[in-house]
Amino acid sequence: MLWDPQLLMNAIMSGVLLGGFYAAVTVGVSISFGMLDIVNIAHPAFIMLGSYVAYLLNGSYGLDPILASLIMLPAFFLLGALVYQIYFVAFERRGQESLRGLAFFFGLLFVSEVGLILAFGVDYRFVEAPYIGPSLHLGSIDFPLRMLIPFAVSLALLGSLQLYLSRTFMGRAIAAVSQDPQALRLMAANPTRVKRIAFGLSIGTASIAGALLIVIQPVEPSMGRDYIGRVFAICVLGGMGSFAGTLLAAVLLGVVESLTSTFYGPSWSPAVAFGFLLLTLAFRPAGILGR
Amino acid sequence: MRSHTFCFAALAVAALLFESLRFLENEYLFFAGYVVLQYVVLATAWNILGGYTGYVNFGTAAFFALGAYTSVAAGKLVALPIPALMLAGGVISGVVGLGMGYLTLRLRGVFFAIATLALAVVVQTLITNWDFVGGSRGAYTIRPAAVEHFGSYVQYLFLVMLALAVIALTIAHAIEGSRLGYGFATIRDDEAAAEASGVPTLRLKLVATMLSGALMGMAGAPLPYYVTYLDPASGFNLAYAVNSIAMPLIGGMTSWVGPLIGALLLGSIQQVATVSNWFGGRPEINLLIVGVLLILFVIAAPNGIVGLLGVETRRGGRR
Amino acid sequence: MTAPLLQVEDLSKRFGGFTALDAINLEVAPGARLGLIGPNGSGKSTLVNCLCGTLRKDSGSVRFEGALMDGLSAHQRTRLGMARSFQLPRPFASLTVAENLRIPLLYTVGFRRGHHVPRAEIAAREAELLGLVGLADKAGRLPRDLSQVEMRKLELARAMAAEPKLLFADEAMAGLSHGEVDDIITLLRRLNESGITVILIEHIMRAVMSFSDRLVVLVAGRKIADGPPDEVVRNPEVERAYLGE
Repeated sequence: MLWDPQLLMNAIMSGVLLGGFYAAVTVGVSISFGMLDIVNIAHPAFIMLGSYVAYLLNGSYGLDPILASLIMLPAFFLLGALVYQIYFVAFERRGQESLRGLAFFFGLLFVSEVGLILAFGVDYRFVEAPYIGPSLHLGSIDFPLRMLIPFAVSLALLGSLQLYLSRTFMGRAIAAVSQDPQALRLMAANPTRVKRIAFGLSIGTASIAGALLIVIQPVEPSMGRDYIGRVFAICVLGGMGSFAGTLLAAVLLGVVESLTSTFYGPSWSPAVAFGFLLLTLAFRPAGILGR
Repeated sequence: MRSHTFCFAALAVAALLFESLRFLENEYLFFAGYVVLQYVVLATAWNILGGYTGYVNFGTAAFFALGAYTSVAAGKLVALPIPALMLAGGVISGVVGLGMGYLTLRLRGVFFAIATLALAVVVQTLITNWDFVGGSRGAYTIRPAAVEHFGSYVQYLFLVMLALAVIALTIAHAIEGSRLGYGFATIRDDEAAAEASGVPTLRLKLVATMLSGALMGMAGAPLPYYVTYLDPASGFNLAYAVNSIAMPLIGGMTSWVGPLIGALLLGSIQQVATVSNWFGGRPEINLLIVGVLLILFVIAAPNGIVGLLGVETRRGGRR
Repeated sequence: MTAPLLQVEDLSKRFGGFTALDAINLEVAPGARLGLIGPNGSGKSTLVNCLCGTLRKDSGSVRFEGALMDGLSAHQRTRLGMARSFQLPRPFASLTVAENLRIPLLYTVGFRRGHHVPRAEIAAREAELLGLVGLADKAGRLPRDLSQVEMRKLELARAMAAEPKLLFADEAMAGLSHGEVDDIITLLRRLNESGITVILIEHIMRAVMSFSDRLVVLVAGRKIADGPPDEVVRNPEVERAYLGE
């Protein structure tokens, strides 16, 4: 296999941009799983929802998809708060979150995929925006704008979330809630309310990530499943809740996927993330064994 | 009820069922019945790990498809009778279950669950890229015209699956009253306390994973002969993952009865829905119903139908 | 001078930046009645967890009957003869009270005897243990029907069911009445007389003082005193730990 240096560089840079996007996809799970210890395997379903919402607004009103996702952000936040409330009342309060919580989210994932198929069919849907198509050329490397813009938005998203978590009262409460709910109560913050806001935030990021996804490539309902492995692989590898770690792990995964796809064909891509995940879980137990 | 008694009773019911269907002389019933029985096995197998020990497996499709593709691969090398293929499929899937369990069962239950998702995708990708078994193009299997003593080959397949269902239910029932069953229950209730009481939790979890995986593999082995054309998309169909979780959950996870009820009920509903063109005949409606029922039951009826009917289970306990 | 039953050398355990146990050294002779005391958060339960294998230690060594416990899982240590009750009761919620005791009988005692313990003997042993802790009338109930006090008794009974050589009784008496505390002390003393070494982790000073023949004090992860109870109690450092600066 001839490793053409130009092809290699392009594959790597493409992987970096992809990785940035993956970080936006994962940050929601970093919050729900990394900080709140809620195994929301349905997160990719909310992202797909975000993609299709962006598609609808783009198709009907000509709205820029990313702008559309920001407009829809409050709706997704409320959706997240609602889902958490159901989760809390049905499972967390009764201390049965492990098996039944998992089954619940799996059910959500499944129902949303089937729902999207029924509503939109299995054909690929795409959006129209001025930056889908042109590329930036730096030397011999291409930076497609449809990947560069999501990369930038993703960094902005991570950055602002990091600021929020470290500078605001509610943000710090979120960071603290999984570690010490008792102390939180003493600080006059209701842990349940804090978690609800955090989960709402987590689903809010899905709105934006969904828009970024449909900018990068056309979407169809079953794509969510590929992202489950990616998201948890990145979250676990990145240290469960650390945004810097998430970004690093995401870029790593993006690069490996891009290289695999370029030199061995795209049919192996899904296995890369899941293979990563299995290897990580199997051989890097430190920090993952029990809590 | 002792295991021998249970086994004989189950065989008697099975024989009765088979003869009744033959009497009705409707070939379709055998086709549909095969699918329902397949789900009885899958649901029972899933429950041995999920309901008894509390470890959720999202990768039923992986073990099931491994059994199916073992048949395809073996069939290209040498002609084997179905029972031998089932054994092969069971062994392969059991070994894979053991391997995966060894890697991931030391971790928290949620990581095991996520790992099973990963496994399903990895196995599917590997098989899609393996041309020997047809890769993404799929593989054709010739279904023999007939077998001695039986009317048609499909009747034979039905009988084979019926036998497997009896085996699976017997195993599940036997576990429940046994020392192994108690061990499983402690893993589900409180693993650290189980360890402190002398229960070798890792070993028991491996047993459950292996047994569950092997049964799923055995259920998959006859599939190529049933569908005659097998491709990864159908072999790894998400329907298997959802149904194998929904059926025990809706039926009730605390005993062998639950998965049986869940599989018979949901399996039949789905078969009827497929045939009678409800809601304009979109096949996804089927799955939507199952998914919605899953969510409703997991929220509102944690002990499933068995729980709703107030049936007392052997260990008198609620999950 | 008989060989010690338990030898702990330089045992340390950290949780991230927090040192829970700092180079603990301890020797327990067979047949001893050791009391382990210390303020909340001093590391007593962490020590028990590390010794029993529920938690993995960071450094140091643990020897039970001379054998190194490194790499042995909790169930293996239980089978070798270490049993413990949990500070916060952890019953098997889906099993009845009697079945809770059946587990160690099947998996520990049964294991030692090649799994040939007859059903009748198991049932008899369950009844005996339940009688000893005063739970005989609750045999068929589920743990969620028990009071906190009854659950602690079940915890202790379950540890006893494993027929240990060394028993860690972790706060088994919290919430018990004066008379019930006396009952448990009598029970533990009887166990000790039959040859079981008992390590009592407690806050109820009356119980600790009357039961123990040796007292170990843990403060902020460090052992600050180890000796006969009356001496230890008069130790100024111990006084400071309990009464503050």
